[in-house]
Order: sequence, then structure tokens, then C-alpha cells
Amino acid sequence: MSNYGNIVSETVEHAIQAKGLSKRFGDKLAVNKLDLNIPKGSIYGFLGPNGCGKSTSIRLLTGLLTPTEGDVTILGKPLLGNEELFKKRIGYMTQKFSLYDTLTVEENLNFVGSIYSFSRQRKKVRVQELLHLYGLEQQKNQFAGSMSGGQKQRLALACATLHSPELLFLDEPTSAVDPQNRREFWERLFDLCDVGTTILVSTHYMDEAERCHALAILEQGKKRADGSPQTLMDAMPAHVVEVSGDKLRELKHTLIINSNVLSAAQIGAHLRVLVKHCVQDPLTFIAKFSNNRKALIVRPSLEDVFVACTGGRNVD
Amino acid sequence: MWTRIYAIFIKELKQLSRDRMTFAMILMIPLVQLMLFGYAINTDARHIPVALVDFSQTSQSRAIEQAITATQSVNFVARYNSIEEAEQAIIQGKIKAVLYLPSDLTRRLFDHSLYNHQQINSSMTRPIGQWIVDGSDTVISSAIRGLRNMPLDEISNRPIIQKAPSFAVVQYFNPEQRTVVNIVPGLVAVILTMTMILFTSSAIVREQEQGNMEFLITTPVRPIELMVGKITPYVFVGLIQVVIILSVGFWVFSVPIHGGILSLLVGSILFIAASLTLGLMISTIAKTQLQAMQMTIFILLPSILLSGFMFPYEAMPIVAQWIAEALPATHFMRIIRAIVLRDASILILEYDAIWLGVFVFVGLIIASLRFNKTLE
Repeated sequence: MSNYGNIVSETVEHAIQAKGLSKRFGDKLAVNKLDLNIPKGSIYGFLGPNGCGKSTSIRLLTGLLTPTEGDVTILGKPLLGNEELFKKRIGYMTQKFSLYDTLTVEENLNFVGSIYSFSRQRKKVRVQELLHLYGLEQQKNQFAGSMSGGQKQRLALACATLHSPELLFLDEPTSAVDPQNRREFWERLFDLCDVGTTILVSTHYMDEAERCHALAILEQGKKRADGSPQTLMDAMPAHVVEVSGDKLRELKHTLIINSNVLSAAQIGAHLRVLVKHCVQDPLTFIAKFSNNRKALIVRPSLEDVFVACTGGRNVD
Repeated sequence: MWTRIYAIFIKELKQLSRDRMTFAMILMIPLVQLMLFGYAINTDARHIPVALVDFSQTSQSRAIEQAITATQSVNFVARYNSIEEAEQAIIQGKIKAVLYLPSDLTRRLFDHSLYNHQQINSSMTRPIGQWIVDGSDTVISSAIRGLRNMPLDEISNRPIIQKAPSFAVVQYFNPEQRTVVNIVPGLVAVILTMTMILFTSSAIVREQEQGNMEFLITTPVRPIELMVGKITPYVFVGLIQVVIILSVGFWVFSVPIHGGILSLLVGSILFIAASLTLGLMISTIAKTQLQAMQMTIFILLPSILLSGFMFPYEAMPIVAQWIAEALPATHFMRIIRAIVLRDASILILEYDAIWLGVFVFVGLIIASLRFNKTLE
């Protein structure tokens, strides 16, 4: 059982529970024995490189794909056989913009409203509310196809949350959005979370992952670690040593071939080295290679956790 | 359920009206095709270019040339001094046939019973000349064959004595034997086959390609609602095309419309529904719009060639008739020609009408079953 820090108590209700969830495409295992326990009302992140099985996992949890193995329980009921029932209670924002480019913002919202069988009056009120909430009043007669990435994103979120779902899935929602819009987007997510919506978001941005209440680090379809960002950083299976000095590039090449070094990456004027926990004194270990360059043990960041968990081999 | 179908219907209409290219094609396809086929397709060949090789050089040979030109079947475009030269011209494709008049033309004429009525038809009677025809095109060779028993009275300026025919032939529905009368109703079937199947098959595949489907299938929309909502606008598109083709046929090509509007409407809707169903079935197989297009053409070609549009159904071998029978276009070809040209009621065309109805019913079930609300 994972520990999510202060938001978790023993009597917690789970929005999503998955046990041994696997999905095989041909001979490729896209998702490998995934176990998840996501409490209600939290923002849960899937962090991982491209192709690690984030999207497939989300599709399995929404019922868009049927798992090869394993069970999913959504809001206390098994997903299998109840997929249609859940469609009214979950919202899904796809990775690719999936609304109609040739319809205006308002028409798109009205269309989604009708799809969820809203009455005319209720639809009108809700669409106005969403236009206001997501700052799209100016653009309401603009074609969705002609909007900026950030506006499209807000429209997509408005459409995905139009029916006030209890559970919201966001598949890399901010990959086409600038940092300013991204921050605003997250403000909206926290608003939704405040009113009790459970949110599952996949991302490959560290700053986004850090905002989640809890997250799972995925690599090649396997969950490498999970917990709150703080727990993950505290439980880092490696020391982080920052080396400064000159010719860091050369040092990096000598360090990276050592089996006790998980990764070495240059960040600005520093070389950030992850040394395995089995090395008792990382500073002495580094000193053997670093020729009196300055070295310090620093607090791990989420990126270090990510690199340590995914083996660092796909990080330069 | 109805609000969702209506929402999809309205959405599809809006998208259609904003897609100017598609919208233009809906109107232009029937107009252009009708103009092209209406003017171009003609199975009675006229003014075929031919040459003359005249070895007799008499007043009779000139009279024969004039009499043949007067039939309008052929145009004499060249003269050659030898058969070899004329044959070369046929190979080059300059002319389609050669009329060879031998040097003893006068003698042959006099011996011929059609020229000299005192002369009884004896076994010694020889033809007065010879047609050498490029027989590869059957339409052209049959037009020339029509000249085989041409009366020869005109050549001698005698009044024509025409023998009474064995049978009188009365041509109902198309007394002037204009090809366009048969072509225009047939075009309704061909154009509807093309546009209806293509529009529906690509309409669903497009949602998949552009990612809209991934969102739609997480909503409470049912497959049957999505399908009905998406194809209903095209029923109207199809009816508009029927109106365009038949009215242009009526005003420009004077193709009469004898049948009742109600029969026409019922018949057209049955066929439009059948074509849309076929398009839906394609859309559940095709992964991209290009694949949908290829499969449409796979259906379209036999619909043009085997449905009776170009060649009579009865003239085809039995296996080809079975294939034709499986195509909705064949059944509609019979229905629309019967209604438009022969004033038939849809009620007496029950075999083809019921066939189309059953096709729609079975097709919709297959398409709904095949349409998965998952991404697999």
C-alpha cells in the first residue's frame, strides 16, 4: 500500500483501483501488471517518457481498451461490464485535440451538451458558465480550428468537464501549451479538485508532476515508483552530487561508464551525478575521478527521482 | 436518444455546409457528369469516317456514294486508288471502313435484284461492292452492317419500291431511340452510388483520423445513434442530387419523367439508404480516408459496368448476373428506369424494392455490430 502523505487516511475511498492491469499489443507488452490505488478527490499523475504506456493505461482505465489481464474498479464498481454506465460519470480529454475544427467554440460546447442529453435550458446555463470560467467568451463565435494551443486546451477541458464528471482523465493536456497557460490550466484543475473531482493526468513535465498529490513513474509499461512527490524524493534510491568546475563534459564520460553511477547530466555550470545508494560515501567516490573539482551533496529533485527510477539510460 | 441523434445530425449539416469543396462537389458531380454523359454517350454511331476505293468511276458509283452519304451513317473523308492504301489508312486509324466498288460495278448492278426488279434473285447474283471494316468496335461494325441491304432504287432515280416488312415494330417509351433517354435515369443510380458511399464511408473514417472519435466514444453516444445521425444529412444530399439529375435531364435533354413523385421518392430513399449502409459497412473496415476511397471505387466500377447502366443485364453471362444482383445499383437501375420512363409504380416493382429494404436492414445490423465503441 502506497503512502500519499497527509491526504491519505485508513478510511480513504478510492476513485480508481487497478490490480495486475496488463495490455498486450501483438508481442509488445504496453502495460505490465500495473497496480493503482487512487483516492477520491486527488490529482494523480502518470510520469514517464514517450511510449511508456501512459496513454494506454488511461485508455484501459476509461474502458476504451479492454485489458489483457487484471481488474479495474472505478468509483467502487468494477469497470468491466459497466463501461457505458461510467461514461456519464467520467470525463476524458484526449492527447490530440478531439473537437471539431469547423465548429465554433459555442457550437462545440452545445454539441457536447446535447450528447450528454442536457435540456435546452440547462445546456444554455452550463455553456455560459463554462465560457466564463475558461475565459472563452470573446472567442465563442470563433472556429475551434483557428484558435491558439492554449485556447484549444481550455475548450477541450471545458468540453470534458461539461457534464461535471466525478473522475477526469487528462492525457498530456499541456504538451502544446506555453508555461503561462500551463499555470492557469493547473489553477483550473485545482478548482475542479476542490469541488471533489478526482483527476488523473499524464505528463512528461517535471514541474507538472510536482503539482500532483501523488504520482506513478512509468517506464516501458511498468510502474517503477509511486507516492507523493515529497515521499518519492525522500525515498530516492541514490545520492545526488553536484560537481562544478571546468571540463565537465570529460568528467561526465569517465563517470558514466562506472557501474555505481546511475546518470550524469550537465545542468548549467554543474554536473549532476546520481550515485547508487550502495556507495557509502559518495563524495569520496566522486573525488577519485574529479581532480579536486568542487563537489556537494544536494537535495534530490523530482527529475532525479525520475532518472533514478527509469535507470537513467534514456537521459543524456 | 433523439436529442443525441439530432445533435449529431445538426453538427454534420454545419460541417458539411462549411466544407465548400464538398458542398460544391455535391452539386457539380451530378451536373458535370450529366452534361458529359448526356452529350457524349451515344450507342447509335453516326458520321463514321470512311474512305472510297472506286475502280468503276461511273455515274452509278457516284450515285452510290451520294446515296450512302445521305443515310448520315458514314462520311466519305478520303479516296484511295488501291485497297492496300486504304487498309493502311484503317491501320493508322484515319478511317474506320472502306467501300470498295469494283470495275464491273455496272454489270453487277444490272444483275442485282434490288436494282433491276426484273432480275430474279438467283444464286449467281453478286453484291455490287464490298465494305472492309475495322471490326474491333462492335458498335461501328454493326452500323456499317446496317448498310448491307440498302435499297438501290435511289441510284437509278426510280421511285423506291419498298417491300412490306414481315413485322411492324412499335417502340414504346423512347420512340426516337435516343440513347440519352436511357442514360439519364441510369446516371441517377451511378452518381448516387458514387457520392453516397464515398461521403458516408469517409465521414466516419474522418472522425477516426482526426481524433474526434476518441472523444466521442467516451461519451454516452451509442453506435446506432452516431450512425443514424451521421448518415441522415446525406439522405437529403442524395435527394437533392436526384432532383438535379432528373430536372437537368428534363430541361436540357428532354428526358420525360412519366412516373409518380411518390414512387420516385420511395425508390430513391430506398436506394440512398442502401448506398449509405454500404458506406457505413466500408467505414467499419477502412482505417483511413484513402482506404475508404479505394473500397468505394471497388464497388463503383461494377456498379457502372454490371448494373445494366452501360450494357443490358440480360446480355451478361449468368455469373456476372449473380454479381450484378448483389449490387444495390442493379436493383435501383431497374426501379428508376421503370418509374421515370415507363410510369411504373413502386408497388409493382416489389422484388427490387424489398431487396433494397432487406439490404438496408441487414447492412445496418452488420455495421452496428462491427462498429466498436472501443479503440481496438
